[in-house]
Amino acid sequence: MTEHLKSSRFAHRRMRHVRERIIESLLFLAAFSSVAITVAIVVILVRESLGFFEHVSIIDFLTDTQWTPLFDDAHYGIMPLVAGTLVTAGVALAVAIPLGTIIAIYLSEFAPHRVREVVKPVLELLDGIPTVVYGYFALLFVTPLLQYFFPELPGFNMLSAGLVMGVMIIPYVSSISEDAMRAVPMHIREGSYAMGATRFQTALRVVTPAAFSGIAAAYILGISRAIGETMIVAVAAGMQPNLTWNPMEPAATITAYIVQVSLGDLPHGSLGYQTIFVAGLTLLLMTLVFNIAGHWLRRRFREVY
Amino acid sequence: MSENAMDLLKSEAKNLNFYYGEYQALKNINLTVAEKRITALIGPSGCGKSTFLRCFNRMHDLYPGNRYDGQITLYPDDVNILNPKIDPIEVRMRIGMVFQKPNPFPKTIYENVAYGLRVRGISNRRKLDEKVEKALCGAALWNEVKDRLNSLAFNLSGGQQQRLCIARALATDPEMMLFDEPTSALDPIATASIEELIAQLKEQVTILIVTHNMQQAARVSDYTAFMHMGEVVEFADTNTIFTNPSQKRTEDYITGRYG
Ligand SMILES: Nc1ncnc2c1ncn2[C@@H]1O[C@H](COP(=O)(O)OP(=O)(O)O)[C@@H](O)[C@H]1O
Ligand SMILES: [Mg+2]
Repeated sequence: MTEHLKSSRFAHRRMRHVRERIIESLLFLAAFSSVAITVAIVVILVRESLGFFEHVSIIDFLTDTQWTPLFDDAHYGIMPLVAGTLVTAGVALAVAIPLGTIIAIYLSEFAPHRVREVVKPVLELLDGIPTVVYGYFALLFVTPLLQYFFPELPGFNMLSAGLVMGVMIIPYVSSISEDAMRAVPMHIREGSYAMGATRFQTALRVVTPAAFSGIAAAYILGISRAIGETMIVAVAAGMQPNLTWNPMEPAATITAYIVQVSLGDLPHGSLGYQTIFVAGLTLLLMTLVFNIAGHWLRRRFREVY
Repeated sequence: MSENAMDLLKSEAKNLNFYYGEYQALKNINLTVAEKRITALIGPSGCGKSTFLRCFNRMHDLYPGNRYDGQITLYPDDVNILNPKIDPIEVRMRIGMVFQKPNPFPKTIYENVAYGLRVRGISNRRKLDEKVEKALCGAALWNEVKDRLNSLAFNLSGGQQQRLCIARALATDPEMMLFDEPTSALDPIATASIEELIAQLKEQVTILIVTHNMQQAARVSDYTAFMHMGEVVEFADTNTIFTNPSQKRTEDYITGRYG
């Protein structure tokens, strides 16, 4: 009887062990597949880009001031697209970072419970609007509005696209910043109040720095989103590569260029086809730079409670 | 209290009741706090020590639904600091607090100590330097940190962080300091140094301290109040409480028979 019980118990253990191993393998596969896909994307981008750089020198790519790969007189300078990307993203961030941060501070430190319950879902709704709708909103509403103040503003311009993109990004910045601020333990805030600080002083001088790494993460996400945003800029900023730092002018971003040429039919393996990948690789590198910077900032200011 | 009959009165709770929403956490408390003396609050966990302490700097105002009833008078002004017309910030400007768990701000050592001064609008560097040094000396921390005032406060040990929090409170020259079990998160050596520090501080400031540790109360305090279930059961000079309590409940607690 005892013998029987013992052996059956062993069998039970082994079954459990096998089940654990299966679950573990499944989890590993899930994690591995996302890594594998990322690697595959990078490999394809790099391979096609290498093909591109057999025909165009890196120096030309980085210094030529024109990007006209599909013209007879083809130029392959990435700078106009990079400038377009940075200017639209810069305008967007100039809107999204201050507003997103202020909203986060308000919701986390000031808003009564009921206000927060209403504002949060409304903000998250902004995120549900398709970006093409934002694009036409910029083109058909914001641009004419801006032209009222700046009559010489062209119909396609980076300012309008950037402003609307900024509004779109606000929820990303505010919701992650707010989560980070609310995660700051109450006893840290109490320390500030006990010193005679006001709510405002506590929010600005104690809670914000305490939540810095989370807020930095929110900003990095906002930046990545701004750099990668496609439809708004494609619709409202124009598709003309144009090396300018002036937001009042039309220009194409890297993403806008990629959509534009992807829509046409370029022969596989042609130089024009490869420009899609080299532009994609550039975009990836830019995002990577910001992510590394953000990672470094977060480590530098990691909070310890 | 015969031997200390000459002590001046710094603060006094009169018929104080306190409610967390519907729940009454303090029941008709009467207690005096003598100037430049150490008054200890002891009692079993959950008896209302922290709740009582936090009335003195109106900490309960931070959360909705809390209600005070009765008075805490602060002298020499002779005003009831629980009066809703009194701005809690004014009260906190005069009554500092040190918490159970060290809670330095995510700032440098220097900026932690300068915090209260900056909040009060002082930004003159010379003045700040002077006050920061004085406060750190007062908290027996200056020698350990004077070469790294600009490093983050989190890099300090637990005991040092707690002394930093004491320095932070001292920097603004409070009239009274509240300590809520300031050594309960510390090792015995750090505890001893904080205790010694608190004993010294009474030269300059009135102290009200909550402690979970009866030996600590016996060692450092001049007066002791034993609390139980939201009430002050007995309040007398420390010697009397520990050697000759008049209440059975106090005696049971002191001798460890509580339970
Ligand atoms: N924020 C709160 N809301 C409701 N009840 C509370 C709150 N804080 C403490 N209490 C209750 O009040 C009583 C006294 O708590 P506290 O003052 O923290 O005790 P002590 O510091 O003596 O351990 C306890 O019964 C506790 O559960
Ligand atoms: Mg307590």
